[in-house]
Amino acid sequence: MSNTDITLYRLQACPFCERVVRRLDEYDLDYESRFVEPMHSDRDVVKRLSGKRTVPAIVDDETGVTMSESANIVDYLDRTYGGEA
Amino acid sequence: MDLEFDVVELGPADHPEEGETAPDFTRPLVNDEFWEDVALSELVARDGDPTVLLFHPMDGAFPATYIWNEIRNREWHEDATVVGLSISTPYAHKKLIEERKLGDDYELYADPGNGVARKYGIENDLDGMAGIEEPRPAVFVLDSDRTVEYAWVASEWPDFPDYDTVEVAFR
Repeated sequence: MSNTDITLYRLQACPFCERVVRRLDEYDLDYESRFVEPMHSDRDVVKRLSGKRTVPAIVDDETGVTMSESANIVDYLDRTYGGEA
Repeated sequence: MDLEFDVVELGPADHPEEGETAPDFTRPLVNDEFWEDVALSELVARDGDPTVLLFHPMDGAFPATYIWNEIRNREWHEDATVVGLSISTPYAHKKLIEERKLGDDYELYADPGNGVARKYGIENDLDGMAGIEEPRPAVFVLDSDRTVEYAWVASEWPDFPDYDTVEVAFR
């Protein structure tokens, strides 16, 4: 496992979140999962971090990046960690 | 409780005693906004306060409601890290936190498989609910090394913690 400091905000059974998990696993990145509310309007913790209530969202303490939208996140992981794979 | 009949005896439990180290475990820890896997050893070391680890019947059963109302009213969070544990799911814990108005003062471990109770020697097979067991009601006050400073495990069913005595152990 690479020594990274990534927190993934996710919703159980959300395919977009699983997409990000798959990429994290592909690059063997260490991450912590925080599961949030199914109810969109209650996801204040994600809103405070990313400005939006959508998941997945990641916080990468190593690079200072906070980001949502699975396509963006996957791109970011490819760009940042893809070279090491 | 003062009743005119005998309540169910649970018999002795082989649980961690005062002075012993409480077993470590990792389970989803639920707060008012999210849940994540947290080890008990991390939780007890979080700040200088003692930790009150409280095993209670599943969320929605009246003892869970009574116990949390009492603890909230006594404001235990002022002097301790108070964490509940039941076999209820994280979703049920979120609902309990909301309904009991626990805010961000209290968190709850979810252990639907009841493995933690078995590790602590306090499992309780529920009569009339096939295939379901949960912890006996129990309270452990722990220091930052998980040393048990106070232990109480129910020996009859139902039973409730002696709140005043628990308070003496951490206040």
